Amino acid sequence: MSNNIDFSERPWLDPEAEPFIRIQGLTKNFGAFTAVDSVDLDIYKGELFSLLGGSGCGKTTLLRMLAGFETPSAGRVFIDGTDMTDVPPYERPVNMMFQSYALFPHMNVEANVAYGLKRDGVAKGEIKRRVHDMLEMVELGIFSKRKPHQLSGGQRQRVALARSLVKKPKVLLLDEPLGALDKRLREQTQFELMNIQDELGVTFVVVTHDQEEAMTLSTRIAVMDEGQFVQIGTPTEIYEYPDNRFVANFIGSANMFEGRVQKRVDKNLVVNVPALKGELIVEYSAEIADGSKVWLAIRPEKMSISTTLTDTNSVNVLSGIVHDIGYLGSMSTYRIELEDKKIIDITYPNQHRPRDGKHLAEWDDKVYLKFDPSNVVLLTR
Amino acid sequence: MNEDLIAIQDEHKASFFVRLSRSLQSSWKSIVVAIPFFWLLFFFLVPFLIVLKISVAEALIASPPFSPLLDWSEDGIVMIRLVFDNFTYLWEDDLYVITYINSVKISTISTLICLLIGYPIAYGIVRSPPTTRNILLLLIILPFWTSFLLRVYAWMGLLADQGTINNFLIWLGLIEKPLRMMYSEFAVYVGIVYTYLPFMILPLYANMEKLDMTLHEAAADLGAKPTITFFSVTLPLTMPGIVAGSLLVFIPATGEFVIPDLLGGGNVLMIGRVLFNEFNSNNDWPVASAVAIALLLLLVIPMMIYQHIQGKENQP
Amino acid sequence: MLCFGFTFLYVPMVLLIVYSFNYSKIVPVWGGWSTRWYTVLFESEEVWAAITLSLKIALMNATFATMLGALAGLALVRFKSFRGRTLFGGMISAPLVMPEVITGLSLLLLFITLGQLIGWPTNRGITTITIAHITFSMAYVAVIIQSRLTGLDQSLEEAAEDLGAKPFRVLIDITLPLLAPGLLAGWLLAFTLSIDDLVIASFVSGPGANTLPMLIYSRVRLGLRPDINAMATIIIIVVAIGVCLAGWLMMRQERQRQRDMQLASGDNIKQD
Repeated sequence: MSNNIDFSERPWLDPEAEPFIRIQGLTKNFGAFTAVDSVDLDIYKGELFSLLGGSGCGKTTLLRMLAGFETPSAGRVFIDGTDMTDVPPYERPVNMMFQSYALFPHMNVEANVAYGLKRDGVAKGEIKRRVHDMLEMVELGIFSKRKPHQLSGGQRQRVALARSLVKKPKVLLLDEPLGALDKRLREQTQFELMNIQDELGVTFVVVTHDQEEAMTLSTRIAVMDEGQFVQIGTPTEIYEYPDNRFVANFIGSANMFEGRVQKRVDKNLVVNVPALKGELIVEYSAEIADGSKVWLAIRPEKMSISTTLTDTNSVNVLSGIVHDIGYLGSMSTYRIELEDKKIIDITYPNQHRPRDGKHLAEWDDKVYLKFDPSNVVLLTR
Repeated sequence: MNEDLIAIQDEHKASFFVRLSRSLQSSWKSIVVAIPFFWLLFFFLVPFLIVLKISVAEALIASPPFSPLLDWSEDGIVMIRLVFDNFTYLWEDDLYVITYINSVKISTISTLICLLIGYPIAYGIVRSPPTTRNILLLLIILPFWTSFLLRVYAWMGLLADQGTINNFLIWLGLIEKPLRMMYSEFAVYVGIVYTYLPFMILPLYANMEKLDMTLHEAAADLGAKPTITFFSVTLPLTMPGIVAGSLLVFIPATGEFVIPDLLGGGNVLMIGRVLFNEFNSNNDWPVASAVAIALLLLLVIPMMIYQHIQGKENQP
Repeated sequence: MLCFGFTFLYVPMVLLIVYSFNYSKIVPVWGGWSTRWYTVLFESEEVWAAITLSLKIALMNATFATMLGALAGLALVRFKSFRGRTLFGGMISAPLVMPEVITGLSLLLLFITLGQLIGWPTNRGITTITIAHITFSMAYVAVIIQSRLTGLDQSLEEAAEDLGAKPFRVLIDITLPLLAPGLLAGWLLAFTLSIDDLVIASFVSGPGANTLPMLIYSRVRLGLRPDINAMATIIIIVVAIGVCLAGWLMMRQERQRQRDMQLASGDNIKQD
């Protein structure tokens, strides 16, 4: 049906593609607590796949089961077609980059990177060559004789990366790879990581709690909550088409309105929102029964703000008072108090310099908010 | 078909080896546990049970000088003969009761003196600049590594009738006749405080070191006078250190043998010394064992408190 | 208060040293400077025998207690649950708080019972003292190892395993080297505990086997002796040199660490 689509960039859409990592009904219980609750997941070769969630959502436990540090309570893990569920960590074709980097403090950079190759019984000359090449790639060649505590955070991160990549693993697992770096270094490293992944073609599985990190890095993201996946998709899908209220709130921020479907008008639905004492119009093509309870999510940047109402006939217009302004330079965030006291947030670019010392809107101004029906997300759960 | 079979066998073999190496790994683990476990079982728990057993046996003039606990009676039933006479004897003999009370009294008072001296010292060390702090700490630890016995001996030279202190005081003309300090409770107090002081200072220091000094500034900023700050902030926060240090002094001091023996002479009765004498001089093993068990009963509560604190500290 | 405290701690030791150079046979009566008591001390075969015995016991004890204590610490921290863990935990920490007289008495009774049951040990001495010392000093080693292991990042061991090292290999390559300072501290502590012990050794020793503390004790019971002052002086000086050396090494390490930290942050600046 979709033969003309190029699957090389999106293997998960190809019904013929063999998953590289296949997780089936994987469960992990710690006593009475279920950390990972019967999850299924396919990850394809060359993907940079992120597991995203808050602390205690089970993402790290899932990663540790892939590495072999935790034995699953139920379910199976396949890597490249082989059942790895009962294989100990030291025999898995998988390497991990630890959150703390876990560099051996009593070995220098070179010995740290060479450790895995030595365990595999690789010839000495080859170890030397491969360690050298790997350190050159992460630009740490001149530091090869230093001990980990003589390196800065960013350098340590690159040693850890080199150490886990030098064995050419089939899969690289990364536990909060950028978590310990400061903001500037983090952005720089993020792109380095993507380049390396592109260059080597290794499948990356990343655990992170940082949604920006997940958005920029990943081919696909699995959002986790309470040991289960709440949505799996590309960054765009996750952000623009969230599946449920948890994802809509967890990724970015969203203004949420509760309501009931009143009727369908062509491709739009009219939704009655009691909090606004009115209706909102939403573009929605799937089947939905009239009277269904729904939630409408509108991203703060998907709205426009003005102090005057130009077109009185347009739909989806809300009015309110500016309650608070956060000036961020390139844009401002406005906190608007609607007529019935409901507060909503909107971000709007500062396209013009202030005129007469005044911004687009100031405190206590009456403003009108407008958004297109196609920018509203309708959620049923 | 044939190849398939071989493949299946190979797989079987592989899983067999996997299982074998797994079981070796786990047996390696049990060896790690088993060696120290059985050592302690054999050389700590069993001896203790023997003491327990002998404490309820009868004294006999024989070798060993106690009655067997397990007797094979004629019909082959094991008869356990418990004789609580030894404990009754302890209770009825004033000597033992007085010794118990005296031991507890001496170690309690010594612990308090250690706390009174040790607390300001620990506090002083914590408040001194880092380089000085390390040197002072070394100076506290140093006596601990030297011989305990010789530190007690040092006080024999100081406290004797012809000792340094008496000679000095006579030289000053403050006294004419030497003061009688050796072989008294006073000498025992001095000895215990001197030898156990580092055990009080070190836990206190470890506790105070973690204390956030800005708390004092915060208290002062909020209008608390130094004395108020001490009683409302410092003291409650250093309580764990006080408890740990006090127990580390109290427990061994109660069972102390060397100090009452060398400095207290025959005048000071302490339970450790009585036990030693009962065993070595009187050769009454059942009574010695009963004294040991009674001593343990005395210390069981402080020991459990200490273990509880230790356990909490070692939690990962 | 600091001054008073340190005076209290050190004046007795200083006097001990001063009087060791006293010519007079009666310790507190000054009879002029002399080193005669050092000669007396070293001419005594009894003293040499006691020193040799104590050193032998202390070396064996330190080595075995460190091994057993390390295993115990490892088991308690790394293996979360096994049968008898509570009993094990109790047995490993009980010797720390057990009065010496009880430990000594109970071990002697064990050795006597064993002698009657299986004919071993036939006589008490170096072996029985060593066993007794190992039993109580391994507990101290276990505590040191336990606290060191708790502070160790477990992901280091996992990283090694992840890179292909089997558990035993991880122990050799990662765990033991990182535990080395703890093992050294444990060894030294066990050595000191053993060479310092009087009470337990007195219980489990037999005729003819006199450790150094037993010898000192038998002499000082009867009063002050200048040769014991000489002995004390030697011990204090050896320990002081050892502790100062350790202190100096620690200080040097600290300075090195600070230099390393500067190195690391310096590179950072260059990078930006």
